Amino acid sequence: MSAQQAAVDPATARAYWSKTSGLMWTVLAMWFIAGFGIHFFAVQLNPIHVGGFPLAYYFAAQGSLIIFVVGLFWFGWKQNKIDEEFGVQED
Amino acid sequence: MSASSGEKDPFIAQLGKIYAGYTGGFAVFVVLLAILEQMGVPDRIIGYLFVFLTIGVYAYIGIISRTAVVAEYYVAGRRVPALYNGMATGSDWMSAASFIGMAGSLYALGYGGLAFILGWTGGYMLVAILLAPYLRKFGQYTVPDFLGARYGGNLARSLGVVVLITASFVYVVAQIVGVGIITQRFLDVSFTMAVFLGLAGILVCSMLGGMRAVTWTQVAQYIILIIAYLIPAILMSVKVTGVPVPQLMYGIALERIEGFEAAFRAAGQTPPPGVTGFYTAPFVGANGQFSLSAMVNFFALVFCLMVGTAALPHILMRYFTTPSVREARQSVAWSLFFIFLLYFTAPAYAAFGKLEIYQTLIGQPIAQLPDWVKNWQIISPYGTPWVNIVDVNRDGILQWGEFRIHPDVVVLATPEIAGLPYVIAGLVAAGGLAAALSTADGLLLALANALSHDVYYKMIDPKAPTARRLIISRILLFFVALIAAWTAGNMGADILFLVAWAFSIAAAGLFAALVMGVWYKRTTNIAACAGMAVGYIATFGYLLHTEFYGWNFIQTFGSKDAILAAARQVANLAAVSPEIKAQAAAMVANAASVQDGALAWFGNMFGGLPTDTVALRGRLVARLWSINNISGGIIGVPLSFLTIWLVSMFTPAPSKAMQDFIEDIRVPRGGVRLADQKAAVE
Repeated sequence: MSAQQAAVDPATARAYWSKTSGLMWTVLAMWFIAGFGIHFFAVQLNPIHVGGFPLAYYFAAQGSLIIFVVGLFWFGWKQNKIDEEFGVQED
Repeated sequence: MSASSGEKDPFIAQLGKIYAGYTGGFAVFVVLLAILEQMGVPDRIIGYLFVFLTIGVYAYIGIISRTAVVAEYYVAGRRVPALYNGMATGSDWMSAASFIGMAGSLYALGYGGLAFILGWTGGYMLVAILLAPYLRKFGQYTVPDFLGARYGGNLARSLGVVVLITASFVYVVAQIVGVGIITQRFLDVSFTMAVFLGLAGILVCSMLGGMRAVTWTQVAQYIILIIAYLIPAILMSVKVTGVPVPQLMYGIALERIEGFEAAFRAAGQTPPPGVTGFYTAPFVGANGQFSLSAMVNFFALVFCLMVGTAALPHILMRYFTTPSVREARQSVAWSLFFIFLLYFTAPAYAAFGKLEIYQTLIGQPIAQLPDWVKNWQIISPYGTPWVNIVDVNRDGILQWGEFRIHPDVVVLATPEIAGLPYVIAGLVAAGGLAAALSTADGLLLALANALSHDVYYKMIDPKAPTARRLIISRILLFFVALIAAWTAGNMGADILFLVAWAFSIAAAGLFAALVMGVWYKRTTNIAACAGMAVGYIATFGYLLHTEFYGWNFIQTFGSKDAILAAARQVANLAAVSPEIKAQAAAMVANAASVQDGALAWFGNMFGGLPTDTVALRGRLVARLWSINNISGGIIGVPLSFLTIWLVSMFTPAPSKAMQDFIEDIRVPRGGVRLADQKAAVE
């Protein structure tokens, strides 16, 4: 773990970073929708009741949280695939 | 347990067994206490056993994992597996605010309180995608280390240390208040005494073993706190609905709460001060109508808590301890999963607790209230009893607005409210204590590390031998803890409010500099330093100014109507000095001569969002654009990003060496070229 030279050549590094950035923006969009987007419509959603839950209340209390957790495990899996695709994973 | 990194550590290999045994042992302990309670052992003894035995276990783990190796002390030898680091982060993260404060806020604020749930979970997405893997790849010991290396040395490092100390200190005071609340009630001692007792427990865990001891203690604390949170929620769910899955069943409780509220309103009753009368309604004011300011505050708070999550040094430094970048990413996901287990349950906890109070207390004769009400009528550090029964209309019957419970004790009191055995109340207290202690451990360590590693070793004496660095670290830890406890004992404040401040400060001071450091190569040293300073000063200044000098703030930013309204409020506040009262009275008398504040145009920038004041925490607190100051980061974060971007445009690009350094951080493979060499590149 103490290589003195860059571990990958610059072209690979650039391609790797653009794909990594793409994933970052995807997850960031997911974050924005689950964290803010849905809740902008809270007033409209709340009259709908499912199993006793007003829908907007449910999303803020639990629904968005599920999206966050699943999203993060998905991100970890996806980023590992990108690492392996470009051969930049740790040994 | 002293194997160096590299060889297979028998302790790591045995972790599963060790913690499974520990969990089993704790379950047996709880069952045993339940049996003792049935046999007639007094409640007080049960409380003592819970508090002392759990603290004893943490101290024991702290002592057996003590260390004098630098890498072990600062980053637990970098071999904490992702799953366990997730658990440790979970308890590091979930503080007194999450455990004992959050369900209480939901109880009081209804939908508005969900901002805490969203904000404190969503932030982990930012941690995972923007920061954790890159900080792990950078591979140093502290967050200021990264700032120092990326932004050319001691100025950036010191700014990082200042933000870190402000945010962590405010946060740790809140934890010690939490420890005090629990110990006061369950050990029957004074609040100040309780604070110092709790402190002793905190110090044993973090003093001796640094990050390594804290990590393994935090895993143990996580197990206790999650059990302690889930069991009462499950029991209440069974009691109300017959199904032991509170997370799915509390919809029933929500419906009944709405029914109760409608009935109370129909009878002409009003909710107690600080409690919403419309539990599930989003963005409403006190009259139940849509309120733009409620909506703006909700989203501002969510934003600040999320960004603050991704900037709190005691959380970020946990991802320095994983064996690899890959595990750092995985570890963030596990962290959020373990946090999720509690947050997913909190709304259910709050709803069942609220329903129980509506069903069993409201409308009862005050003389016949159950015993637990008396137990909680002890005086809080705010000067009123935790549970305050105020018979406003003197009819001897408890009305909706006459039952006043402080949000900080809702979780602790709910088992008793619901008539569950006392052992459950003791269990919840042990859980709350675990939550507060684990966070306090992490925070104190972050503080002491910043002082001993960043200030003393990197800036004052770079030749200091290891032994001296660690001794200094421990001495600092002790003094920081002492000062924090003194502050907590002397000026207790609402936990959630203090904690939210810490988030806003960290968000505004650190987030932009950290993120831009990785994601925007063009970020220059001066820009980052300017950005940190601007964000920190704007936010911290705004917090202090609006909170403690609200009268002055509104006279600068308010319109003449807002100033007059504030003057009328001032007259009713006990804490305000006579001079200010006289000044305010003169203003009210001379209403026609009141002028707009000097910066009223700024305060009036958004027509629908007035700049106003509210009486909070016994003070006149000002609000710019009606944004509560707990969301002060909403001002500092964008300013900080803007400053960094603008200044970077007009300063020379970073050197080639620095650009290569950033390239290295971005790629998981290989070591970082410049780490562990000098404090900074260039």
